[in-house]
Order: sequence, then structure tokens, then C-alpha cells
Amino acid sequence: MAEAKKYPTPVTNPETAPFWEAAKAGKFLIKHCTACGERHYFPRSICPFCFSDKTEWEEASGEATVYTYSLMRKSPTGPYAIAYVTLKEGPSLQTNIVDCDLEKIKIGQKVKLVWKPTDGAPLPFFTAA
Amino acid sequence: MTIKGKAYIAGIYEHPTRHAPDKSTAQLHAEVAKGAIEDAGLTKADIDGYFCAGDAPGGLWPMVDYLGLKVRHVDSTETGGCSYLIHLGHAAEAIAAGKCSIALVTLAGKPRTGPMPARAAGAEADFEAAYGATTHNAYGMCAMRHMHDYGTTSEQLAWIKVAASHHAQYNPHAMLKEVVTVEDVLNSPMISDPLHRMDCCVVTDGGGAMIVTTPEIAKSLKKPLVRLIGHGEAMKGPRGGKDLDLTYSAGVWSGPRAFEEAGITPKDIKYASIYDSFTITVLMQLEDLGFCKKGEGGKFVADGNLISGVGKLPFNTDGGGLCSNHPVNRGGMTKILEAVRQLRGEAHPKVQVPNCDLAIAHGTGGLLGVRHAASTCILERV
Repeated sequence: MAEAKKYPTPVTNPETAPFWEAAKAGKFLIKHCTACGERHYFPRSICPFCFSDKTEWEEASGEATVYTYSLMRKSPTGPYAIAYVTLKEGPSLQTNIVDCDLEKIKIGQKVKLVWKPTDGAPLPFFTAA
Repeated sequence: MTIKGKAYIAGIYEHPTRHAPDKSTAQLHAEVAKGAIEDAGLTKADIDGYFCAGDAPGGLWPMVDYLGLKVRHVDSTETGGCSYLIHLGHAAEAIAAGKCSIALVTLAGKPRTGPMPARAAGAEADFEAAYGATTHNAYGMCAMRHMHDYGTTSEQLAWIKVAASHHAQYNPHAMLKEVVTVEDVLNSPMISDPLHRMDCCVVTDGGGAMIVTTPEIAKSLKKPLVRLIGHGEAMKGPRGGKDLDLTYSAGVWSGPRAFEEAGITPKDIKYASIYDSFTITVLMQLEDLGFCKKGEGGKFVADGNLISGVGKLPFNTDGGGLCSNHPVNRGGMTKILEAVRQLRGEAHPKVQVPNCDLAIAHGTGGLLGVRHAASTCILERV
């Protein structure tokens, strides 16, 4: 096995600190606006849709489907799959598909959340479900 | 208020270099500025407005000082590769408002000689930086979804590169002058699925500049008259992840704004400069601008439809970013320059569009698959 890829440590800030604290406990949080009902990711304190400050943290299931992907073959650390996945709860987000056969990724495929360690809070990735 | 007809492009210059390890970036800015000023038949002392973007070393005040300008209006709008298309629109606004009368816009840099400095991070950094988005895979994700939703094929994308190569063979400064076939593109190495190496633009050192001025001053000069009659700008991002759709760009908003202001439709356009960072960039933008319906870009670009003298919509007759030049990894300036050459009748005779009186220059900046800006300029020969 090759040595595990080193990922950057999240810098975090007061607005996003609860996300990273939850991540350390294995919980994947998104934001839910109680004013307009929309969910969004990455998390903001003010809703990007209705601009209300009535946003609250909500734990997401970690279940998602692949919206699109691209297998980057020219990389000093080896091929990797960047992707957008759409969470069961609604929002789509940028990620990497990891720990599965990258040649077999398909749009619409079901994937699930996995955490990868950094020197600080872990980072969310997705793998074949 | 409209900028229609209120600003003319009186001077243009594209640096002939594609590799400049022996020059400084500021020097390249000065060389293209000098070229554009001389093309217009003006002197540096005539310049009273200056526009530059993130490629200008140190930004506005170091550049104004370095170039020795004395200006009363400046603008450093930074939207990546389409910054210069936005600068053209903003220069027209400033000229129409009387804030300046002769504006200089410069672009230059050396990504072929060495890596470019990293952009400042946005609020998304912690949530995206680890995933390795590059130009190649961000555009690859757009192409992958476009193929999924509309059946677009690699063969269709390849036709865009083929058309660019047909034009580049006549450009003595083009980095890649060889005419290529659809098979050549498909047989080139896969870089980031589904984009092959030949779906990607060149990486070049160099630059370009233009002079934007009032109708009265333009008419007092000796160059054929080319004016801006419509302009649009827009931005698009994943917006919290709601209703993500990577098959269209912000051109769906900038394009109609520009066409409406110009009072024309895509059918009226004789020549199109379309930013070609990748083949998929061209295909999506042609759809977004209304040259064909969404999803039909693949059919539209196939069989040489973008080749001058062959197809219905001659595009990037200098060879574009795919074959000729992509200075500083930013294609907006060279898009304007070739459109002006076409309108002046100064394109290479083998690719010059007969009676070219209406042209579009359009581009995007940033990453099409992540966050980007778009800007559309409609230009007319008077």
C-alpha cells in the first residue's frame, strides 16, 4: 500500500467551527434555514437563498448520489476522482470519490460519506455505497 | 442609459511571443501597451484611463507608476480570463460618463516560463481545497455531465480543436500550427476524463492590449472604425449546492444582456471569438449564447461548422487558445483582438470573413465547473 495521501488541515473560523467540531465526532453537518426551509452546503450563518439569519445546524445522513465526476490522470500523487455529489437532504457539494475502483464511477451511482484524517479536524469524502 | 456605440476600439496589439523567459511580466505589459498605443496612432501622454486585472504585477498603482501613466480613471476588475471583456464594457461606461476619453487595457504574463502565483482563497477554501480542483478536472466535470444529459460525444468536442487548427496554420505566431483530425484528438492522451490532451488549450507566455476611446477621437484616427454596441457580464457558482447544473455557464445571462443592448440576435453575427480554454468551454458557450439550443452544441460544432469558409459560424480565426495563444492562462483579451482584426478586415486572407460587420467576443473566467464569471461583447464595424 502506498502511504496515505496527506490532506490540508482545515483552518476553520468562528462561522464554521461547529462543523469541524462535529466532524471530529464523526457527524456531518449541513445548514438548514428555518425561515425559507432550504438546506445548503458549505455552511453560512446567513442563508444564501433568503438571507435570513435563522439558520441551524443539522446532521446529514452521508448518503448521496454522484452528479458528475472527472478522473484526473495527470497528478504527481496519482489519479484521483473529483466529483460533485448530491446529498439525500438536497444540497450538492464538491468532493473526491475514494477507496473504490475509480474506473467504475458512474453518474447517478450511490455513494456514502467517509472521513479522512488531517492534522486537525477530518475532511469529508465519499466512496461507493 | 446604454453604452451602445459610445466607445470604439482604436488600437490593438497581441505580443508575438509565446515564450518569454528573458523578459519581466511588467515589461510584457509595457510592450503590449506600446504596441496598442502605436497601432491607434496615439502617444502614451494621451492615455487618461487604465484597466488591468490580476495578472498585472502589484495591481493598479505599481503598474500606473511603472508605465509612467497619468490617468484620471482606473479599474482593476478581476474575473480571471474574462477580465478584459469586462474591462471593455467598463471602459465604455467610463467613457460614456466622461470619466476618461482614452483607456488602455493590458494583459501579460509568463505561465509557460514558470508557475503563476496562487489566487487568494474564498470562504469555501476549507470545504473544497483538499479535493484538487484544477482547470482540467473542473471542465472535465462539465463535459462529463453534458455528455450524460445530452449525448454529446468526444468526436463532437474534437471538431472544435480541428476547426481551431485549420485556422492556426495561417497564423505565423501560433504555438501549434499543425492541422489535426478528429482521430488525432481522440488518440491524444486522456488528461481528465473525458478531456484529452488536444481538448486543452496551450500554455503560453505573452500578452495583449487595446485602446478604447470616444467616437470623436476614434474618427480622428486612421484605423477602420470598430465600436462596442452591447455588453453583458454575469457570475455563477454552486450557490449552496441547490439545483446544481454544470451544463450551462453564466453566458446564459451575459449573452442575452449584450444581444439586447446591441439590438441584434446570434443569427446576425458574422464572426465569433469564443473562449476556448477547453473544447467543452466553446460548446457550452455557443449553446448559452443562443447559437444553437441547449444540448445541441455537439451537432452544431461537428463537420467543420466553425471553420472559416467552410461552416456557418467562423470562430477563433487566429487559432484561438486551443492552438495559437493563451497568455497568462487568460483568453479574454485575445478574443477581442481577433474580433477587431476580423471587423477591420485585417485577419489572414485565408480566414478573413467576407464583409464582416458584426462580431461577438465572449469568454469566461475562473473554473466553469466551480465558480466563474462570463462576459459578452458585441462589436460592430462602422
